[in-house]
Amino acid sequence: MSQYQHWRLDIDADNLAWLTFDRAGTSTNTFSSEVLRELSAIAKDLKAKNPKGVVILSAKDNGFAAGADIDEFTTFKSADEAYAFTQLGNEVFDEIEALPFPTVALIHGFAMGGGTELPLACRYRIADEGEKTRMALPEVMIGIVPGWGGAKRMPRLIGATQALDLMLTGRGVNAKTAKRMGLVDVVTPRRHFMNAARQLLKNPPPPHQPAFKHAISNWPVIRGFVAAMSRKQVAKKAREEHYPAPYAIIDLWLNFGGDPRNVPAAHKYSVQNLAQHPTTANLIRIFKLQDRMKGLGQSEAKIEHVHVVGAGVMGGDIAAWCALRGLRVTLQDLDHARIAPAIQRAAALYKKKLKEPHKIQAAMDRLIPDVRGDGVGQCDLVIEAIVENPEIKRKLYASIEPRLKPSAILATNTSSIPLQELATGLARPERLVGIHFFNPVAMMMLVEIVRGPQTSDEVMQISQGFVKRIDKLPLPVKSAPGFLVNRILTPYMGEAQLMLEEGTPPEVIDAAAKAFGMPMGPIELADTVGLDIGVAVGKELARPEWPQPKKIQQLVDAKKLGKKSGEGFYKWVDGKPQKNTVSMPADLQPLWMRMTLPAVNEAVACVREGIVADADLCDAGVIFGTGFAPQRGGPINHLKNFGKDKLLAELKLLETKHGARFKPDAGWTAI
Amino acid sequence: MSGMKQKVYVIDGARTPFLKAKGKPGPFSGGDLAVACSRPLVARQKFAPTAFDEVIVGAAMPSADEANIGRVVALRVGCGDKVPAWTVMRNCASGMQALDSACANILAGRSHLVLAGGTDAMSHAPLLFGPAMVNWLADWYAAKSFGQRAATAAKFRLAYLAPVIAILKGLTDPIVKLSMGQTAEIVAKRFGIDRQMMDAFAAESHQRALAGRAAGHFTEIEPIIDAKGNVYKDDDGVRTDSTPERLAKLKPVFDRTYGNVTAGNSSQVTDGAAMLVLASEEAVDKLGVKPLGAIIDSQWSALDPAEMGLGPVHAITPMLLRHGMGLNDLDTLEINEAFAGQALGCLAAWESEAYCKEKLGLDGALGKMDRSKFNVDGGAIAIGHPIGASGARVVLHALKTLERTGGKRAAASLCIGGGQGGAMLLERA
Repeated sequence: MSQYQHWRLDIDADNLAWLTFDRAGTSTNTFSSEVLRELSAIAKDLKAKNPKGVVILSAKDNGFAAGADIDEFTTFKSADEAYAFTQLGNEVFDEIEALPFPTVALIHGFAMGGGTELPLACRYRIADEGEKTRMALPEVMIGIVPGWGGAKRMPRLIGATQALDLMLTGRGVNAKTAKRMGLVDVVTPRRHFMNAARQLLKNPPPPHQPAFKHAISNWPVIRGFVAAMSRKQVAKKAREEHYPAPYAIIDLWLNFGGDPRNVPAAHKYSVQNLAQHPTTANLIRIFKLQDRMKGLGQSEAKIEHVHVVGAGVMGGDIAAWCALRGLRVTLQDLDHARIAPAIQRAAALYKKKLKEPHKIQAAMDRLIPDVRGDGVGQCDLVIEAIVENPEIKRKLYASIEPRLKPSAILATNTSSIPLQELATGLARPERLVGIHFFNPVAMMMLVEIVRGPQTSDEVMQISQGFVKRIDKLPLPVKSAPGFLVNRILTPYMGEAQLMLEEGTPPEVIDAAAKAFGMPMGPIELADTVGLDIGVAVGKELARPEWPQPKKIQQLVDAKKLGKKSGEGFYKWVDGKPQKNTVSMPADLQPLWMRMTLPAVNEAVACVREGIVADADLCDAGVIFGTGFAPQRGGPINHLKNFGKDKLLAELKLLETKHGARFKPDAGWTAI
Repeated sequence: MSGMKQKVYVIDGARTPFLKAKGKPGPFSGGDLAVACSRPLVARQKFAPTAFDEVIVGAAMPSADEANIGRVVALRVGCGDKVPAWTVMRNCASGMQALDSACANILAGRSHLVLAGGTDAMSHAPLLFGPAMVNWLADWYAAKSFGQRAATAAKFRLAYLAPVIAILKGLTDPIVKLSMGQTAEIVAKRFGIDRQMMDAFAAESHQRALAGRAAGHFTEIEPIIDAKGNVYKDDDGVRTDSTPERLAKLKPVFDRTYGNVTAGNSSQVTDGAAMLVLASEEAVDKLGVKPLGAIIDSQWSALDPAEMGLGPVHAITPMLLRHGMGLNDLDTLEINEAFAGQALGCLAAWESEAYCKEKLGLDGALGKMDRSKFNVDGGAIAIGHPIGASGARVVLHALKTLERTGGKRAAASLCIGGGQGGAMLLERA
């Protein structure tokens, strides 16, 4: 009976309308203009049919809807097109809200952006209690505002404090939290969706009202206070010149009723202006690159059992993460006392991530201390994370390799030793690969998959699939010193330390880096990572034209290792660096230019040498591996946006001033 | 009872350190313990945990939230949805019953690979409400009106709250109304075993356990790490300061004032688990593994509940005779030391012509067991007696001893509350 492409409308014997969202030709529901126009037609159709109520649900297994169609969104040629898309969504969701009979949305899986905004336009919301349910308004993450009524309806429904928290962080909430916040009316397993909707529509209760303590955040006077508090919170995380969207969200709610149609086109927070802001394009590009990296993890082979050798910080945390993601993990070290801290950290991680005791228990059960290394014979993948010494590593491989299943892969987490050096002596060198995690493992999304000249295609594919399987982003890189991320990060860190030794206060250096858009300055970062590690990596990647920073070595000799020892470049108290108030130069650009150009130059070299497949993946790797100024879209994107000629001129200037370490790479001509 | 028609192989086995109950629930539940020793055991096999045909766990006092603990363990160890699992209970021999049930299914051809053993976290034994409290609660829940509730409330007595300690109930024979310690007093009395002998035996148990640890005889122990990062490496009830003189100072706890059985010469209340991988000959051939050993026979016997401690005598004797063996044809013998008086009583019974004639139907005494081959690395007095686990522990340790010494035959046995004995005849692979 349905004349619609993306929706199915059925009216049952009780005169209830069931509207099923089933976008044609894809496994995920998203809102395109076409989808929205159909929904508008359906709203009119429904109004004429006048059913007792409408139930809106998704036919897709993965979720309700993933929000606006990002492909359509990114092909807009003008700011006006972006605005028109915003306007369309608003009008259609307004039509749904205005239907004269009760409406209820049934939400399972993800409900992102528009996927939460459509349910907000319904009178009731029912959510699946399953662990995959996630409701979110994540627009802020790509530099825009919740534009289809989210910023209007959510504060009204659950109070501004809670709504701003969700809109400004973009974080997703599960069904239980959504119920607690008042975002949904009913939480039930998906198998009861039909009954729950019928019961709700049979005796429609009054729509949800926020509790008093939440309602007052919408009151006059208090609103201003809430906005000011929110701005203060946001300012701690993001600068407005880099990230206008969170500031725009607060203003949109405070001054424009949460409706972007009320914002004049010329206003700095209008949809048109936000869409044109360079940050927006850069963040959307990163979002798509993230998808591209996930796509690199397609693999048929199943890794079910991982054996990790070395229960230090890296090995222990890798093992804990793999078990968290459902794999069976054996963790080997010389004795139980060495494994114990890793188990303790794993327990803390699981408590934080899994919360429910039975899930924590299951993850702990999957993580098996294995002093004898019994897991070697059963596992599908060995990850070696022992001391960075090629000889010791080769010795270990020699004892492991004969016991491996023929299908098993041998991986090293080395951050610096070339694979070819480790592959000598192996019977099957084609099965050796680098799987290089970053510290802290639980936080860092990126994993470099290091391909030695001897590594087979199949092993690369399986390794990439494994990384995707544990919800990390795989980045294939060629085996060359420092691979991609450390190689680009090292000259930046080194230059910052040279500046420090020349007399620039660390506070100024860190401020300059943050002005560029780094989430943390290089001096604070060195302290956070640990100066001993900094020295080791610096030595490994040293080049004759790079002067070695001396201060860091002196600090390490004095056992001042940074955050973990309580003092490094900074003194650390309660996990915070004690920064002095120093006079800041009016213009920080020369400082950040000098620090970041060595990194940009190295990125150019990496692209030229084919360390990664292309410049896009170079940017993605550096952003996800180091946090490199996301709003600039990575070093190569920064080069293009800022102007290649301008940067090249700066680089040459620095070369004459400071010497060969600033010599432009041969790749600048081609980039 | 007749014997097993064929042998069943023991491919491998592991146990947790036995952790003495310290007055409050210990760090691990019964399920945690069985999982802790099964995980490394399973990880070192040549087959995946999903290859088991079944999992059988003996547990005498599983906690309320681990119903059918066998299935809990199977799933947690990673055997997957499709491996059936069950739980057996035969008091102190629950772990041995699990092994015997595995043998039965393997010999019947129903199973080829079985994970079996036992576990108990005795420190987790619950405190129960007495019947008076339960009845009062039932009335309270039934009361509907305010008046009914007020009337019920008025009937409440503080004494109702006095808990019933489940573990003491479990360790008291419901038929003869004797605590297990009292049955040991009876056995000791019968054979003239005095306090001094008991304490000397107990001290030696600790010394043997310490010597065994120092010599590396406990290779079956898999250390456990808890969520706080603490490592549990060894049996923590073994004492370096247990001398007959110190033991002599303890007061009797079962027959108070005049008795001889003290906490020091009894087995300890302990948390622990022991698990074994049992296999048919066909499975051993198919896997191409060298098993640790084999169970060649088993025997269950029963006797007067008031003398339950002599159960091993009644189980081991017919089993040995079936195979034409005498006591000292065994290269090692493990008898669970529920009580020093009881373990000594077993040895004395075999030496007693009267007992062997009257109770075992023999022509004379069976013989004198060489003490150097008996509980060589100490027993439950030093190591502890997590009821469900001990049966699997003695079998595993006897096999490990054969492996270490190159001996050929061993027996392992326990006395069972309620008046039974269980035994297994073992051989080295």
